[in-house]
Amino acid sequence: MFEGAAGSGSAKVNPSASNSESRRSFLAGLLGVGSVFVGALLSVPLIRFALFPLIRRTTELKGSPVGELSEFASATEPVMRTIQIEQVDGWRKAVSEKAVYITKDGQGQLRALTSICPHLGCTVPWNKEKKEFICPCHGATFAADGSRVSGPSLRGMDTLETSVQNGQLMVQFQYFRQLVSDKEVIG
Amino acid sequence: MSSHTIESGQRKAGMWGWLNRRTGVDDLLRKALDEPIPGGARFAYIFGSGLLFIFISQVITGVFLALYYVPSADHAHTTVAYITKSVTAGSFLRSLHAYGASAMVVVLFLHLSQTYIYGSYKGRRELLWLSGCVLFSLILAMAFTGYLLPWDQRAYFATAVGTNAVSEVPWVGESIKRLMRGGTEMGTLTISRFFVAHVFLIPAFIFALVGSHIFLFRKAGAAGPVDEDPYHPKKTAELFYPRQVLMDLALTALLIAGLGLLCFFVPMQLGPPANPADTQYIPRPEWYYLPIFQWLKYWRGSTAIVGVLVIPTLLALAIISLPFLDRNIERRPWKRPVAMGAYAFVVFSLVGLGLRSQYLDRHDPEVAQQLAKQNAEEKDYASKPFEPELSSASLAAANVTLADPLAAKGKTIFEGQSCNACHGDGGIGTAAAPALIGISKKFSADQLAELFKHPTARMTAGGMPPIDLPSDDLKALIAYVESLK
Repeated sequence: MFEGAAGSGSAKVNPSASNSESRRSFLAGLLGVGSVFVGALLSVPLIRFALFPLIRRTTELKGSPVGELSEFASATEPVMRTIQIEQVDGWRKAVSEKAVYITKDGQGQLRALTSICPHLGCTVPWNKEKKEFICPCHGATFAADGSRVSGPSLRGMDTLETSVQNGQLMVQFQYFRQLVSDKEVIG
Repeated sequence: MSSHTIESGQRKAGMWGWLNRRTGVDDLLRKALDEPIPGGARFAYIFGSGLLFIFISQVITGVFLALYYVPSADHAHTTVAYITKSVTAGSFLRSLHAYGASAMVVVLFLHLSQTYIYGSYKGRRELLWLSGCVLFSLILAMAFTGYLLPWDQRAYFATAVGTNAVSEVPWVGESIKRLMRGGTEMGTLTISRFFVAHVFLIPAFIFALVGSHIFLFRKAGAAGPVDEDPYHPKKTAELFYPRQVLMDLALTALLIAGLGLLCFFVPMQLGPPANPADTQYIPRPEWYYLPIFQWLKYWRGSTAIVGVLVIPTLLALAIISLPFLDRNIERRPWKRPVAMGAYAFVVFSLVGLGLRSQYLDRHDPEVAQQLAKQNAEEKDYASKPFEPELSSASLAAANVTLADPLAAKGKTIFEGQSCNACHGDGGIGTAAAPALIGISKKFSADQLAELFKHPTARMTAGGMPPIDLPSDDLKALIAYVESLK
């Protein structure tokens, strides 16, 4: 492929001692090992860069503050709060608003419910007169603690994970699959 | 395939032998390494492989950077900020790519100087020289197009000046500028064009030309020292391997160590995002473009054509046609006073212009102050943590809450009545029901009220219930729906 016209054709090559076969292959081995070592060293930042999504979370749904714990302590029925949820997706984030209910379970512990109906995803309002959650779309009803009472829904309203930070109630928003009897996180 | 390959391949056992019998890799390696160098190995010949190494490094780091980069005016800066501030080793890799460009220009200058001073373009090496000239301009084009991609203040304004200079070319200048920018102004189309040039077009040409450059080099053979005959080398030759390989590797090791330390301890900065409305910003190009930048300052108005077009074209033509014009076989620099004088003149002019530009910036108090301010803004931006970009969908939703209070109340009703279950958050529409955005153009407030109370047969069939609300709430809901634009 690379036939030397002016170069290799008429040049006299010096068969010096340094070109002896064993020395050449020892050097080749040394260079090979050296190149592999340097190559491996150089690929460390490349691998770290490409594997970033394995090292750290690149997508997350951040917990949102709902309010002071004391605000909900004396509540006798579910309280609706609109929370801002921040969904981080790599270098972008989406901020949206979702309605959640803060209510109490059988033991009087605070519990957060998503307002999305587990039947077909309508927003479920609290009916003050009937003391029930009644979905306006297909009439599913739920008790104050979110458990299923009647209607087409296959399960009760979905509870969200909560935590307390500096006296603030935090809710971790999530979406759940509809039309199934067991609560199943989406995404 | 020669009988030698088959024999040596059959002799060798193991993996290498297996591979060699199928590929002839031994023979290829021997061809590559047994290149004769008249007069023996020298450190003067190391720059070509240095360039090849940096080029490969640029390709690899470039491909990796593209894992996170998005070429658009909206996202380019955010994604580069994400790379620098969030992604592991991101700042290091971006610095390697950016400083690699500078290193490329430096080693390119050394390679060109060595070829010129050694007279290595002589003796049937016209095409080799020509392919080198094209590669030279392609690498400068890579530096120019890549510089814009981070879309920070520095990148934006330097490219604005660079593309403006093109419009000085008579007749076609304005059209070329518009073609480069994708319009009269710099914008998102400019990024797309520069990105395509930087990532697809120019690299393709560089690959092709590097191939032909190396092929033509091997065809002509190494030129050897300055007292060697460029046509018929007479000196005893030494093979490329091992001594010249080791010398080339010494430069590579130096480049790896130098760039590695630089990128680790002084990472490349990213300034604040481009703000085209900033009238204060003083654009300054990367250091290797400073001489041209300073040169263009001297040519304004009616003489601009001389400085922008005539002189550069003449200089380029002189460089390109060098091996055709200079037919003398003499290669020793001290016997080529005109060639060496011209080289010294061009190099001193470039260095002088670059220094002059620096000097003027430092001695004009207003400029110096503004440049210091720009640097401070860059440092300030670099020290801030990464802030994700707010997606446009959430901006639309947020804007509505800022609108009039009646619409804000309507929004609560919209969500409370589960309208969003079918019509989507912010009325963007879902598979179940149409979008409500822009509906106020189709229906008046009264018509909407009527439709809400008494949906049409088609609406009812689609699942839309009649809305039974107190008139205040209905007004608020209509105000909200009308605000969806």
